[in-house]
Amino acid sequence: MRALSEVPHRSVAGRRSSDIVIKVLAWIAASLGIALMGWVIVVCVQRGIAAWNWDFFTQLPTPVGEPGGGIANALVGTLIMTALATALGVPAGFFAGVYLAEFGKNSRFAHGMRMVTNVMMGIPSIIVGLFSYMLLVPTLGTFSGWAGALALAVIMLPVMARTTEDILNLVPNEMRESALAVGAPRWRATLGVVVKAARAGLLTGAILAVVRVSGETAPLLFTALNSAYWTIDPGQPYANLTVTIYQYANSPFPDWQEKAWGASLLIIVLVLGANITVRLIAQRGKQ
Amino acid sequence: MSDTGHSLNGGWRVRDMASRARRAPSSRTDTAFRGFTIACSLFIALLMLGITIALVEGSWESMREFGLSFLWTSDWDINKGVYGALTPMIGTLTTTLIAMGIALPLALVIALLLVELVHPVAARIIGTAVEMLAAIPSIIYGMWGLFVLVPIMQAHVIPWLQSTPLGQIPWLLGGPPLGVGILTAGLILAFMVLPFITAVSRDVLRMVPTVTKEAGYGMGATTWEVTRKVSFRYGFGGFVGATFIGLGRAFGETMAVAYVIGNSFTIPESIIAPGTTFASAIANQFPEAVGLQKAALMELGLILFLVTIVFQLIAQLWLGYVNKKVGIR
Repeated sequence: MRALSEVPHRSVAGRRSSDIVIKVLAWIAASLGIALMGWVIVVCVQRGIAAWNWDFFTQLPTPVGEPGGGIANALVGTLIMTALATALGVPAGFFAGVYLAEFGKNSRFAHGMRMVTNVMMGIPSIIVGLFSYMLLVPTLGTFSGWAGALALAVIMLPVMARTTEDILNLVPNEMRESALAVGAPRWRATLGVVVKAARAGLLTGAILAVVRVSGETAPLLFTALNSAYWTIDPGQPYANLTVTIYQYANSPFPDWQEKAWGASLLIIVLVLGANITVRLIAQRGKQ
Repeated sequence: MSDTGHSLNGGWRVRDMASRARRAPSSRTDTAFRGFTIACSLFIALLMLGITIALVEGSWESMREFGLSFLWTSDWDINKGVYGALTPMIGTLTTTLIAMGIALPLALVIALLLVELVHPVAARIIGTAVEMLAAIPSIIYGMWGLFVLVPIMQAHVIPWLQSTPLGQIPWLLGGPPLGVGILTAGLILAFMVLPFITAVSRDVLRMVPTVTKEAGYGMGATTWEVTRKVSFRYGFGGFVGATFIGLGRAFGETMAVAYVIGNSFTIPESIIAPGTTFASAIANQFPEAVGLQKAALMELGLILFLVTIVFQLIAQLWLGYVNKKVGIR
């Protein structure tokens, strides 16, 4: 309260004006943030839309310096690799989250696991890439889709675990109690009642985790690398969108740079589209 | 518990479930299920351990060769086979410092706007827009930085900065305006950590009890005075936590920085000179690296990993402590 006792010594006009200055600054800061996002998106749309045509989505890349072609293989590669990562990361993350919310709760062990999970979420994705590289690339003798998928799965795992825990915590305890009261074993009460009640939220969480890794580049640079060919078998260097963007943007060819913008636009549409849709659905659910 | 089936003289399903539960001891499946979820949770901890082991193993050669002097050696010479972490360390620290210097005040006033100044509906829209900044993948910021921001920095911002009195300080703004460099990377990083710090700061400001704020307003204080002298003091601990979360992000950000920092392994002479960071050095050189260079890059990764873990732990423990003290959650 010492602070407030200082107030009367200053003129009202001075206090009012500093108040207004801060309010104006706050508006400028917020507009700056939003304008910036708008700027990034507008540039992507402007430059990316020029690259969008039938060939872009259906053709293989052309040899270096030759115009035309597309990034269809990278698109398919990203889809397959993300699907592999999802199959690895989402279920494991889900069950880890079930443990934290349903069994561990406030136990010491659960606190420790929760902290490890939080720390894991903050680890730079490039470090996860190094880990996946060490684990798989020397063993398999080549950069591969497996290594890329593993890195993405490791990134997804803690995100999914924490999301699952947060969402299961929203389910009222009465539901657990009534399921157990009718004699359901714990696992059925959890999977059949609690998880079922929270399925919309869990699905949302899973989608956001998947979308989040679909834009990752750093962990793929030296795991999946990239490829100019169709890649179905994950045991080889794997075509993907983000490393394609990285390589094309750094190239001296305007045609490739344009394709990098095109691929960026594709990712922005995907990521922002998924985020906004999920939010709208969540809001409608609340009302 | 076992009588529940009888006392609820309800449908056959209920009784069936209950009797089956008694006949087949579900405790075994329950133990198995519980054990499985524990295993999944432990798996995350094991991964953490695995990452540590992999990084130590990968950087072993470099650690044996250079020892602790790796930390203060500025050379990065592939021909001579001498590697040191000083240049990326300087680059990482300066870019992070610039990013936090810009993002922290911006995030605080945006959080203030969202909590105190605008209608809740407007706050939700603005809040969502700021959060979307975090959803855009970093490679897109990198491209935008390279093709849009770098030319602007080169042609307008840096020459203008150099024409101000600050431009006379050689270690600050000396050297040719290349566009790429520490300052540009710091700017992009600022935009990228902004949504994280804003989100935490907003939650912190929301935790301040209305009664406490109203006491301030009741004494005739303006919005800013209440925020500065009541809310900010009340939520100080939370802001410290938010800062550490932002620091962790900025430290390890890779792609956006890799595009605009210039990837130079000489110690930058000013903040507009090109440099490198831990993460961008790895992204740039690792795919083609062999032998000792690869081990040295791994060691950069190990340092980055340990530093982010420390930041994250401080943030987690500190936020947990603050929450307990304030009595929320």
